[in-house]
Amino acid sequence: MTSTHTPADGVVASGVSIFADALDAQAVPVSRVDWRPPMEGTADDLATVATDPLRVDANRRAAEAMMAVQATIVDVAPASEVLGLEKGQFLHAGPPLAWENASGPMRGALMGAAALEGLVNDPEDAEALFASGQSVSLEPCHHRSAVGPMAGVVSPSMWMWVLEDPTDGRRTYCSLNEGLGKVLRYGAYGPEVLERLRWMSDVLGPLLSKAVRGTEPVNATSILGQMLQMGDEAHNRNRAGTLMLMRDLAPAMVTSGADAADIAKVFEFMGGNDHFFLNIAMPACKLALDAARGIEGSTMVVAMARNGTEFGIQTAGTGDEWFTGPAQIADGLYLGGYGPDDANPDIGDSAITETAGIGGFAMATAPAIVRFVGGSVPDALATTRRMREITLAENDRWPIPVLDFMGTPTGIDVSKVCRTGVLPQINTGMAGRVAGTGQVGAGLVTPPAEIFPKALAALAARTRARQS
Amino acid sequence: MTTSTDHVALRPGAYADSVALLQVSKDVAAVDGVLAAQVAMATELNREVIAQMGFELPDTTPNDMIVAIRLEDPSRLDAALAAVDAALAAASRRSDGEASVEDPPRTIGRALERGDAGLALVSVPGQYAAVEAMDALDAGRDVMIFSDNVPVEQEVALKNLAAERDLLVMGPDCGTAMVDGIGLGFANTVQPGPVGIVAASGTGCQQLMCLLDQAGVGMTAALGVGGRDLSVDVAALSTKQAMKRLDADEATELIVVVSKPPAEEVATDLRAFAEQLSTPVHFALLGKGQPDLTAAAEGVLAALGREVPEWPHWGAPAATPAPGQLRGLFAGGTLCDEAMLMTQDRLGPVWSNIPLDPAYALGADLQADGPLMIDFGDDEMTTGRAHPMIDPSLRLDYLARTAREAATSVILMDVVLGHGADADPAATAAPAIRDAIATAREAGRELAVVVACVGTQGDPQQLDRQAAALADAGAEVFLSNAQATRRALSLMGAAA
Repeated sequence: MTSTHTPADGVVASGVSIFADALDAQAVPVSRVDWRPPMEGTADDLATVATDPLRVDANRRAAEAMMAVQATIVDVAPASEVLGLEKGQFLHAGPPLAWENASGPMRGALMGAAALEGLVNDPEDAEALFASGQSVSLEPCHHRSAVGPMAGVVSPSMWMWVLEDPTDGRRTYCSLNEGLGKVLRYGAYGPEVLERLRWMSDVLGPLLSKAVRGTEPVNATSILGQMLQMGDEAHNRNRAGTLMLMRDLAPAMVTSGADAADIAKVFEFMGGNDHFFLNIAMPACKLALDAARGIEGSTMVVAMARNGTEFGIQTAGTGDEWFTGPAQIADGLYLGGYGPDDANPDIGDSAITETAGIGGFAMATAPAIVRFVGGSVPDALATTRRMREITLAENDRWPIPVLDFMGTPTGIDVSKVCRTGVLPQINTGMAGRVAGTGQVGAGLVTPPAEIFPKALAALAARTRARQS
Repeated sequence: MTTSTDHVALRPGAYADSVALLQVSKDVAAVDGVLAAQVAMATELNREVIAQMGFELPDTTPNDMIVAIRLEDPSRLDAALAAVDAALAAASRRSDGEASVEDPPRTIGRALERGDAGLALVSVPGQYAAVEAMDALDAGRDVMIFSDNVPVEQEVALKNLAAERDLLVMGPDCGTAMVDGIGLGFANTVQPGPVGIVAASGTGCQQLMCLLDQAGVGMTAALGVGGRDLSVDVAALSTKQAMKRLDADEATELIVVVSKPPAEEVATDLRAFAEQLSTPVHFALLGKGQPDLTAAAEGVLAALGREVPEWPHWGAPAATPAPGQLRGLFAGGTLCDEAMLMTQDRLGPVWSNIPLDPAYALGADLQADGPLMIDFGDDEMTTGRAHPMIDPSLRLDYLARTAREAATSVILMDVVLGHGADADPAATAAPAIRDAIATAREAGRELAVVVACVGTQGDPQQLDRQAAALADAGAEVFLSNAQATRRALSLMGAAA
């Protein structure tokens, strides 16, 4: 009689078990919540945010805005053109970072990029240049609508993917993926690294540009949906996505009039790099998440990013403010003779994929990835389900077959993370601690827990300010 | 110069994905006597990695699997290769199939998304309760909050949001409710009928329900609103919402509002609100000069045109006790309040941990020279232990102690039945009462024990069975707490 809902259909019980037992005794279906105290010091802020009248609608709008975005690939062009990046300006992954706090791989990548741009002849000479701060500047990719994997270093001559939301013309950007092993984004800067980057600027970028301009805009959001059904989670596994991209670009590339040997080299490069599509998955995710920025009262995370020293998050309801804490070391498997002592703390903007509900959040669809920590297929399924406990929605555009086509858990809620203590699960590569090393392994990592209470406190402060 | 031995072999046609092989390499490298190991598909990158480790590689195709092992001593090779086989086998092993078991939900919000439950019941510590309760309101569900110590501003925020969404917040500090025939919290099993109760008092509500059930009058619902709902701060937000619900319910012919006396302006506002409803409202407000709960139940029966029955009691009249003091040992706060109100009129101010007059607050030793009544269900008494309706030990220890004191003349207790309560309270209370009477008798005193047993025949513990067991132990047992109190006072009078 009380409402359209009746306890006869069932009661959810959170807290002491005797009342759930009493309902059992009355043959009422009971769902028992596995409640645990929230993260320390968050009780008041949680209550303030929970009772914020704006929250429910703000979060609904944020999640819907994000999930509605269709990211299309519209161009490939140098960063100097599309980002207005000038000589001496460098973008990097993660929250803002000063050279003196930069980790080995971040320094290595910046040094290599300085050499690539001709600021120094030998990358080793760039250390003094960055230390002096003269004629060079560092800025997060995220501040220029861009994202970069691992060190995420972007310099003016690097070619960028350009993704666009056709409904409003918003754009996001990401560099081209170099492959695995000794590569700039993992902090390597040897001659072979620079040689590859020069080829990418001279041959790969221009050819991709011709192919993209000669093709109907490729829908990256749609490829993401398809690759999730083909064993990719679009962070540490991008095989199917890479092949689909080649499929879509091949005709225009072949008919571009470019040298056949160059075209063959480009195909060989793309086909030999299982992560090639990652650099499209990332800006596609950012384009979607940026649609949710600036929604007052929303507790949804719109960016998770690491600069190799700090892990930072931004939320829909707190503008461009970063909430940061020390980046963690991933738990995973190492290449060759490398071990945990060789690994740098977590680095890269690629956690934008988890922020958008794929990567670690779509673990169930890429069970192979769970073996990074010696896990099993049930672990993969459990991870995706566990992420649903801290997210606002399921993205029906990205269904997971093995979970009966449940949409990927999407829209991390700062409040739910603080309540449950469940941290977002991120699949990641590991860079060597020492500049110049390159990749040393891959594994699973979580953000430092304390950044979520920090973000929550800022959200609660805004709620209180609005109500006073 | 190294003394180690390298083993490099190809396994053409063998395949495992790179992640699985990283695990295999890790397992093999952990074998005793193995200095380094890499098992990988022979891609360009992997060849480079293995070469960097110092191994010499034969020609390969990318479809070959390379097994590269560095050993302390060649004799360790068999063990290492066995480890490769075992790790490869493990890498392709299927799981045990536990995948279908889902972890339980971590929040009420998630539980409501995962199922189609109609209501949420929150009993987490008070500082966290509002957040859990909001999940229910966000999902369009009513919520009962048993938790106490919820900050009042959070209570107000919750109830305002609930009112906007036409939802009901029962609580905080709501011990009892009955919705659609289902008991929530501490709840008695009653028959369906025409009365809808709105209660700002848990045991007060239980007493009323049990008396009406005894009189053959059933209920549509009992909606708790929490002890603070009729304060100035909360301004009867849930009481009004509950009254609206019952007014809209065709089966409810009479609405009864049970509460301690509300703040004057809240009471005025509430009476005006009641007049706008189409269903008659009967106010049963407890307090000095107000009818007790039993009189309120009789008022309800009169309003319905029903006869007032003789309220049941069990047990032989107690012998006249030795002169001394009255001691009240309660599990129900409202029952304790009611007994104190009745007692102070006859015996003067009552010492208590929940005193009517703050001047008569008990110290930590719970001792006083005068009438004394303790609410063992009060927050301070339940810190770190279960409510006395669930765990009787603290109260029964105090009973034994009181029985040894020469000053004790009459002991008044409540025993509350229903879902959520002790499955068989008489099993511990009856022997304790028997011992108390015997202890006093051994000391040459008569001790009278009077019990208010609040329950129904439909309760899991069964009123008759419990009352009979308590009576058999020597107590006089009443369904009505007011009658029990009156009997205790009369025994005190006889003793004086």
